[in-house]
Amino acid sequence: MSARILIGKVGLDGHDRGVKVVARILRDAGFEVIYTGLFQTPATIAAAALDEDVDMVGLSMLSGAHMTLAPLVVKELRERGSAAPVVVGGIIPDRHVAALQEAGVAAVLTPGATAEQLVAEVQRVLDAHQSSLH
Amino acid sequence: MRASVVTPAGPASDACGKLSAVTTPRERWQQAFDASPLREATYATMSGVPLAPVYGPADGSGEYPGQYPYTRGPYASMYRSKLWTMRMFAGFGTADDTNWRFKEIIKSGGDGLSTAFDMPTLLGLDSDDPMSLGEVGRCGVAVDTLADMEDLYAGIDLGAITTSMTINSPAAPIFAMFIAQAEKAGVHRSRLGGTLQNDILKEYQAQKEFVFPPRQSMRLVRDTMAFTAAEMPRWHSISISGYHIREAGSTAAEELAFTLANGFAYVELAMQAGLPIDSFAPRLSFFFNAHIDFFEEIAKYRAARRIWARWLRERYGAQLERSLQLRFHTQTAGVSLTAQQPEVNIVRTAIEALAGVLGGTQSLHTNSMDEALALPTEKAARIALRTQQVIAYETNVAHVADPLGGSWFVEELTDEMERQAEELFAHLDELGDGSMLEGCIKGIEDNWFQGRIADSAYELERALNNGGRIVVGVNRFTEGNDDEQMDLLEITNDDEARQLKRLDEVRHRRSQAAVDAAMERLAADAADPEVNLMPALIDASAAYVTLGEMMSTMAGVFGRHVEVPTI
Repeated sequence: MSARILIGKVGLDGHDRGVKVVARILRDAGFEVIYTGLFQTPATIAAAALDEDVDMVGLSMLSGAHMTLAPLVVKELRERGSAAPVVVGGIIPDRHVAALQEAGVAAVLTPGATAEQLVAEVQRVLDAHQSSLH
Repeated sequence: MRASVVTPAGPASDACGKLSAVTTPRERWQQAFDASPLREATYATMSGVPLAPVYGPADGSGEYPGQYPYTRGPYASMYRSKLWTMRMFAGFGTADDTNWRFKEIIKSGGDGLSTAFDMPTLLGLDSDDPMSLGEVGRCGVAVDTLADMEDLYAGIDLGAITTSMTINSPAAPIFAMFIAQAEKAGVHRSRLGGTLQNDILKEYQAQKEFVFPPRQSMRLVRDTMAFTAAEMPRWHSISISGYHIREAGSTAAEELAFTLANGFAYVELAMQAGLPIDSFAPRLSFFFNAHIDFFEEIAKYRAARRIWARWLRERYGAQLERSLQLRFHTQTAGVSLTAQQPEVNIVRTAIEALAGVLGGTQSLHTNSMDEALALPTEKAARIALRTQQVIAYETNVAHVADPLGGSWFVEELTDEMERQAEELFAHLDELGDGSMLEGCIKGIEDNWFQGRIADSAYELERALNNGGRIVVGVNRFTEGNDDEQMDLLEITNDDEARQLKRLDEVRHRRSQAAVDAAMERLAADAADPEVNLMPALIDASAAYVTLGEMMSTMAGVFGRHVEVPTI
């Protein structure tokens, strides 16, 4: 069975070009993709991730709120007992990547990542998560 | 279709008065040009070859700038009278921070202000709303109350400089705060010059910063149009924006068609409200993207002017020349910037800006090289402004109007842009049963615009991934990508904390009785669709009612829009 991925926009940013392109790329690569739509909170993302029983959560963040909101999504997921890895993509300066990873984000995709890199990174995160469960 | 007679306004009417004595378009252009004020400059090439203000066929036939349908430009003299306005978009942190940046822009030669608001403000939320967490002051300036508006424009003479505000869903309340602030500073509303973006249709289609449902939002647009038509002769009530449609992934022809279709929808909206077309059409302005495909962009601007003039005259019966002349602002394409080797973005931006100028733009914003990564640093923003200054003062490209007019290639591409746009108009006209207003709203409700834009975005992405489209530093020429990232502007959480403290102080300082009365009146006015909401919003602003309070009060009557998520 193909992996299920929840793709979401958390916060107030309405720019959804990137998130839709990423969702289509992952869908075309054979993943099952669920898109939350706009204006989600960390709590609604976590609730949806549990409802949909997904293997991974992807967040598109372009407005600069990633340092505040991405760690909160991880926290909400863990508090609800979900171990699903969180991948963040968007306008993320290099110097924020380490801090996001420390806060529990599994991977960060920065601007200009190609479709190939995206799919490979998602697969890598899913595989690492699988092996951590065994 | 037979065209009705145009009554030109301003200097051109002198030219028309002598029509009988004048035989060729060239001679008519000359008369209009001679009546225009001219800018001091040396109109010659670097080597001393004198340059005419415009070129055309030797026999004086053809079309000239300032002549219907204005393909070659809205004015006879174009940049010989006035260069485009170098309008740099700025806004970050608190109102104080942005006020400082505005003053820097004025000092370094920028001559128009353009205000970027943060995400909570764009969605009509106060900084202390739980949804605002992490977003305050990040993408623009936070404005919660009149107090912020006062600090934002402190020490800037709003009677002397024009101000543009990029705001849509909460455009009416933010505009009300702006008016209340200016009048408190002693500048009467009739003296205020500037532009409100106020283009809600493209929010549902592309940028997605919506609050109320489409039809209720359109009532607010109608109210601002009627208010400015009656009381603010220097104000542009809507900047009909293709920029965001393009950034969201559309093609050039889709940007052109969707933007003009939205423009027709606003025209129909105001006409339905009983406003005579020539009372508001001269105050509509446009905002287009300048993407990296140089000639296609220039063709798009030329086609836009021609289509607008024809539709306004033939379909909507506009008579005033000002109603037919499409004027536009341009911004270089944010989406064309790369995070890899960001210095290369200076070159992209310069090429895009040149397309805007050769296309005859009235104002221009050039993006900074670091904007694929963060809001710009002061240095990056200065280089972006310098890019415009190089084009304006070193290259001589502004000496001759529509320098590409008559090029077989550019003329044919202009016709093709128009043809593709007309096809899309035909679809919307049918969707709306003969009404472009209905067509645009139905197209939003049916997800037609959103779906087309997402499809085009995905096509472009596929071309990038299969090598059909080359982007330097992304899928070719990547040596240098691993260099250390340049210094970026850091917005700290201190800004959020400072803004929360400011808001808290205002909430304690204001008269609660005045706030309650203002909100009660606003709710009552909102419930009556015949009432113009601007007076109630200006009074509420003066009472320091917060933006969030005004928006919630209206949402209580209008409801809120929810988009069905689709990939």
